[in-house]
Amino acid sequence: MKILDNEKTINNKLTQNYDVVVIGAGHAGCEAALACSRLGLKTIIFTVSVDSIALMPCNPNIGGSSKGHLVREIDALGGEMGKNIDKTFIQSKMLNVSKGPAVHSLRAQADKQDYARSMRKVLESEPNLTIKQGEVCSFIWEDISSNSSYEPLVTSPDSADTDLFSYYKNAGKRITGVKSYTGTTYLCKAAIICSGTYLNARCLCGEAITYTGPNGLQAATHLSDSIKEMGIELRRFKTGTPARMDGKSIDYSKLSEQKGDERVVPFSFSTDPESVQKEQVSCWLTYTNEETHNIIRANLDRSPIYAGIIEGTGPRYCPSIEDKVVKFADKDRHQVFLEPEGLYTDEVYVDGMSSSLPEDVQQAMYRTVPGLENCRIVRNAYAIEYDCINAKQLYNSLQFKNINGLFAAGQFNGSSGYEEAAAQGLIAGINAAMFVLGKEPLVLDRSESYIGVLIDDLVTKDNREPYRMMTSKAEYRLLLRQDNADIRLRKYGYKVGLVPRETFEELCKKEELIKEEMDRLKDTYVGASKDVLEYLDSIGSTPLTTGVSLASLLGRPEVTYKNMASIDKNRPDLSDSIVEQVEIELRYEGYIERQRKQVEHFKKMETRKIPVNIDYDDVPSLRIEARQRLKEFRPLSIGQASRLSGVSPADVSVLLIYLEKNR
Amino acid sequence: MNNETIAAISTALSESGIGIIRVSGPESVEIVNKIFVGAKGKRILKNVASHTINYGHVLEFREDGNTDSSLYIDECLVSVMLAPKSFTGEDVVEINCHGGVFVVKKILSEVLKAGARLAEPGEFSKRAFLNGRLDLAEAEAVMDVISSKSDSALKASIGQLSGKISSSIRALREEILYNIAFIESALDDPEHISLDGFPEKLSELLGDWLQRIDKLIKSNDSGRFLREGIGTVLLGKPNAGKSSVMNLLLGEDRAIVTDIAGTTRDTLEEYIKFGNIGLNLIDTAGIRETDNTVEQIGVDRAKKAAENADLIIYVIDISNGDSFDDITNGYNKLLSSYPDKKAIVLLNKVDIAESIKKPDTDYPVIEFSTVTGEGYEELKSTIEEMFFNGLSNSSDEVVITNIRHRQCLEESRDALLKVRESLNLGMEEDFLSIDLMDAYSSLGKIIGEEIEDDLATEIFSKFCLGK
Repeated sequence: MKILDNEKTINNKLTQNYDVVVIGAGHAGCEAALACSRLGLKTIIFTVSVDSIALMPCNPNIGGSSKGHLVREIDALGGEMGKNIDKTFIQSKMLNVSKGPAVHSLRAQADKQDYARSMRKVLESEPNLTIKQGEVCSFIWEDISSNSSYEPLVTSPDSADTDLFSYYKNAGKRITGVKSYTGTTYLCKAAIICSGTYLNARCLCGEAITYTGPNGLQAATHLSDSIKEMGIELRRFKTGTPARMDGKSIDYSKLSEQKGDERVVPFSFSTDPESVQKEQVSCWLTYTNEETHNIIRANLDRSPIYAGIIEGTGPRYCPSIEDKVVKFADKDRHQVFLEPEGLYTDEVYVDGMSSSLPEDVQQAMYRTVPGLENCRIVRNAYAIEYDCINAKQLYNSLQFKNINGLFAAGQFNGSSGYEEAAAQGLIAGINAAMFVLGKEPLVLDRSESYIGVLIDDLVTKDNREPYRMMTSKAEYRLLLRQDNADIRLRKYGYKVGLVPRETFEELCKKEELIKEEMDRLKDTYVGASKDVLEYLDSIGSTPLTTGVSLASLLGRPEVTYKNMASIDKNRPDLSDSIVEQVEIELRYEGYIERQRKQVEHFKKMETRKIPVNIDYDDVPSLRIEARQRLKEFRPLSIGQASRLSGVSPADVSVLLIYLEKNR
Repeated sequence: MNNETIAAISTALSESGIGIIRVSGPESVEIVNKIFVGAKGKRILKNVASHTINYGHVLEFREDGNTDSSLYIDECLVSVMLAPKSFTGEDVVEINCHGGVFVVKKILSEVLKAGARLAEPGEFSKRAFLNGRLDLAEAEAVMDVISSKSDSALKASIGQLSGKISSSIRALREEILYNIAFIESALDDPEHISLDGFPEKLSELLGDWLQRIDKLIKSNDSGRFLREGIGTVLLGKPNAGKSSVMNLLLGEDRAIVTDIAGTTRDTLEEYIKFGNIGLNLIDTAGIRETDNTVEQIGVDRAKKAAENADLIIYVIDISNGDSFDDITNGYNKLLSSYPDKKAIVLLNKVDIAESIKKPDTDYPVIEFSTVTGEGYEELKSTIEEMFFNGLSNSSDEVVITNIRHRQCLEESRDALLKVRESLNLGMEEDFLSIDLMDAYSSLGKIIGEEIEDDLATEIFSKFCLGK
């Protein structure tokens, strides 16, 4: 263990015992700590400031395209984010409703302080959870190979899937505790790093550089060294946030108002839809123009990223306004979305214009935007640069490949976004708990969830910029809809113990009713009778010539379950969420069926396991690059191997043959 | 890596001008060096640059390293191609010697004595595939080359080997992928990427893609004929001269020819090279109603053979005293039982016919004589025209010869048709990408860029890979 600069002067010999230590109380840390403590483990969560628990240092919203899916999935697994935003939103909207059901996505504007306070309250009410303000400086670990008395925590796998299970056994190190800056030792069985953007953070606003975390909070400057000492490789990423305006300085008459939905759909499957119907605030839409772009172009040399001051790589899909102006040079305007930061304040978030330009340029640039001509900036836009890892050092369980009991989640893993962080936090929390409890880890695959896609992309792809969840990244998105996250994932939440039995049973009942109703519609035939023809005429649909089932009538775009009521007299009384499933599953049956076929093929490759102890030097004919990649990543299945960059289909064929021969 | 060095004779074993022994593997240079000396009688191979041709002598292998000229077997040119730029991607040495079964085999046996192992069939291609020098379609083409029966089939396979199939499949795949990517980027960034007008554009592209795929599928029929030969049946009344026609085509007296009607009681099948194309020629017992039981069996077989054939050659004895109308009715009746078959009418024995009246038919009619050879060339060109429509002469055409490739193309076509259906229904763009992806994957299977569990095993069994 590294000797800290304060070690000589501090005589604190205090030692405490916990099952799990969570480092960081952002969106990843909160989910991780809640999962562990709810699964009965004695858990402690560290934060540099208890007032910044569940802080939203960037945009004031939760969800959005594909991120909304993540929140739904977190909820289905027993996480907190969906419930918390349902309690604290001030506007909610289902996006992309003009498109297919796969891309419908919920986005809710949060009252930032309300969101953070409410989450803090949830943490405080967990009996097994201790909240601690302070900085963790170093890890305490032991080398398993040099310690012959080490007994793997897991001895009897309760699953036949022993390959996955040996996650735990082949590691070289094992976490035994952490030490805080004030000298206290916290012994633990597992630790989860959720350090967000705080590690060696540096904020840049043009030429002005401050060594702080987001929002001027204290950065964490000690932990990086200890992480490196354990053999973990760190790298630098950067992200940015736009300015916040004083709402009183905005001329709303020039903006287009963006209201919330009339009927709000809650994020959580457990929230009563009636409880979220409330008065909402509006967002406002405006655009940049050529004048804005000219100012930016003229000052690019003063932007830290273009001037080469920032070494980290920024996200491509959440680009700064500088990036947009450079990359989409032919666009004469970019969307700017003004979002209230909460009911407690007049501050307004300028979505679409994050920047690291100097303050004078910022002010000039923002003031070219219609509605912002006289704006007063409350907080400047800035870019932040921080230490994180290449997540290829992790298994899909989010445990480090060579360190037993050490897990990581959130922006530390190279992702961006609250939802991405929370999703990983939940999985890391569950798996840290499974580790301590000696149970099999929970690994979701790409065909069953966006969370699976997110984590698999993080651990197998060479991500050179902060990873943001995108609809396009999910291959099987017609199956991974936001509306069926409960059907897809509740069972896992129940299995690990985060979803109560009653909730799970409710879901089983729901599935049963869906199936029954689908069967009934398939078996109910209508002919060219008078009321049927009248009905079809009334909705502008072509008349029937032969008898068809109600299910196949639903294939017509103008037919809905609801308007079909007049010709379907004996239908049972079903809830909206059941009707929604029945309608989607039947209307898009052909497509869903074909996507399921694709999944079958995918699963075949995923279930073709590669033994953990495979010696790639023994596999003949692998190309050198592929051999290196495979040795480095050690994929657990043929499917995963095929997704590694640098591994060609021919290499995978070679591997398949080798496995076949050595069966 | 493959540690074993393998060797095989890579030219046909015949009394031809030259023979080539190919050696591949990490020790190929070292091994050939043991049995080869340069112009000055010294071992030189370990010092020569890659991709050079070296003159010298191959000699008998001696453990003691003796290079006495009394051991010389043949004067040779030895080319050295070091990894990775070689056919297999490994170190490759090729010995070009004087042809002749004895010399070539002798040199191979010396190479084996010096430490190489005899290659299994297709093993060079297997290594080339594994080392990324050949893609799947190309590797399969090698297998086709090894087993191809005719020159044109060989040409088509070599066309595939040079990557023609792969490059047309790749081009298609790229275009499909580009459009999938476009849909997805529009989903991700609707602000900057608009799908306005996209369905119209895609619809146009679909037409083009479908046309290209259909053309490849159609070429498969030609491809199969090239590879396996055209199943051809000779039909006609007894003693119309079918066996004589067959013998002429075969160039030998294979079937029994007599003047007694009904001599041929069984079907005879022969593969013949007929110019550039191959025919699987089936001679049949003359078709007529008969009381003779043995002959009846032959007649039934003939009918059966005609049902399975690709081409019927109907032979009419034009010199026969039968009234021409009867003949006309005879073949019309017979051919009308096989309405979908391609057929040619041969007016046989024109050399002894008194007068020739052409029957009125849509089928090509050729005046033929097995005695003078009249009509032989015309028959050949007619068949080529019928089956290849000029294709076999053009080496620029991509021809699909592999049944697996055809299946993949059909899958891909079906998926694209689904895309078209969705477009017509006005489905949202994200539905289109499901079937576009299927089309893309199916095409990928042809060139091995889409991994399939069973496929790899299947292909490798073709390469005679033992467990």
